[in-house]
Amino acid sequence: MIESGAPLANEGSDWIRGDGHEGEVVLSTRVRVARNLQGFTFPVRASADERAEVLVRVRAAASASDCLGDAHLWEIEDLDEGERNLLLERHLVSRELVGAEGLPAAGGGALILSTSEPIGLMVNEEDHLRMQALAAGFHLEETWRRIDRLDEEIGHLLPYAFHHEFGFLTSCPTNVGTGLRASVLIHLPGLVLTKEISKVLEGISQVGLTYRGLHGEGSEVVGNFFQISNQTTLGKSEEELIDHLARIAGKVIEYEKSARSVLLREAPAVLEDKVWRAYGILRTARSLSVEEMMNLLSGVRLGLSLKLLHSPRVETLNEILVLGQAAHLERAAGGRLDEGEADVCRATFVRDTLAADDGGISAMKTRQQRKS
Amino acid sequence: MQCDDCNERPAEVQLTAIEDSEMKTLHLCSKCAGERGLTSSALPKVPLVDFLAQLGKDQASFAPEAAGEPCPYCGTTVQDFRKTGRVGCSECYAHFEPQLRALLRRLHGSVQHAGKLYLSESSEIGDRLSRIASMRRRLQRAIDTEDFETAADLRDRIHNLELAE
Repeated sequence: MIESGAPLANEGSDWIRGDGHEGEVVLSTRVRVARNLQGFTFPVRASADERAEVLVRVRAAASASDCLGDAHLWEIEDLDEGERNLLLERHLVSRELVGAEGLPAAGGGALILSTSEPIGLMVNEEDHLRMQALAAGFHLEETWRRIDRLDEEIGHLLPYAFHHEFGFLTSCPTNVGTGLRASVLIHLPGLVLTKEISKVLEGISQVGLTYRGLHGEGSEVVGNFFQISNQTTLGKSEEELIDHLARIAGKVIEYEKSARSVLLREAPAVLEDKVWRAYGILRTARSLSVEEMMNLLSGVRLGLSLKLLHSPRVETLNEILVLGQAAHLERAAGGRLDEGEADVCRATFVRDTLAADDGGISAMKTRQQRKS
Repeated sequence: MQCDDCNERPAEVQLTAIEDSEMKTLHLCSKCAGERGLTSSALPKVPLVDFLAQLGKDQASFAPEAAGEPCPYCGTTVQDFRKTGRVGCSECYAHFEPQLRALLRRLHGSVQHAGKLYLSESSEIGDRLSRIASMRRRLQRAIDTEDFETAADLRDRIHNLELAE
């Protein structure tokens, strides 16, 4: 049975503690499919009653499914702005679902999240159903299989809108067919530093893939994080789309690694200086913007993967990346923060978290030393 | 804010990059961003709407003046679609089929779905046969990828469907 309206804690952020395959370069893998229910107007054009009816049906189907039987559900209308922003910062909902800043969300919008697996679904976003699965590291096939299983289950319980020629019908024709968008969030400081990045990105665009900044569609590229995903959804099977992305992303990972070793060979002093400065600023700054924090985290992450630094742990960096964002800081502070206050809180949070990580490691070392 | 490169057009894109060993944040207009390899297709605000605007120039079917009847089911018009880049319901795909077919071909390079087949439980007998065929295909794929849990589930479902014939 699905439980609803539980207080929002750390749902959907467990993945940041996972250290997945190719974790030195790939932060996370995400796969989503878009589906609509037969006989219902798509959410953007639907009446409030119709949207509410869709939510009732999806909720019932999710309750009856194995994949989401134990899930939690939040109706977006019931969440305050701070809570909506928390979900946005964890990439669990889209701006489309939670409504424009300061405006009420449209009724019938909801997020359902499994409590045991990193899978969830958005109800009444651009499409009736947006199911997504998330994993730390580079795990396209496994993540796709998770979402495929959920899709199969829900598809048996609810009739989808399907066209013999165009496949699964979606509100936007860019998603029609498989409704599949698979993406890999990848960290490419080596390619940026060696100025190879534009060539690589150009190559990506030429093979039917697309890239975006950390926060998805239309967002800027910050902290050398790039999200690479399939551009087309029609004319190829899900497996072909996943394979293609996996192959190209694999190549990009390879290029990034060789760029890193070139840097290490050609300019070790510059690189080491950059990494340590980034770490030093994070450890000591008294005010940090999100942008600066992301860029410094990028430097530290690079240092860790090249073994120029031995702490903090990558999970700690991931944690800072998510919890150091404005809505999470506001939640921790228990109230609204203006930009200046948020920057100060962020710097404090980063210093404390890094100190705790350091403490954890030195405590571990001390224990080991005592044992030996 | 003005573009850091040309100092003429307003900045639309923020780019953080490392240049000459220095971390820099640049504010660029879309033209200069394009010259740096950040193509506008990668950083669009409403991608399909831009695409449609371009398409309208050389294709009459989605041109703003193309009137035509609105979708009988949801009332979406060609103009609505041009403005939002979205159709209103499944029926729109039948109602605007000629235009959408052309658009899909340009967007995806194909109009024929090649992924999972879907037939709802209430479908006719003919559908059931193609459903079995589709499930067999998926069963083979599951076996190939050693996903035995899915394979067993599919095998049982195929069996049940065959019994129902």
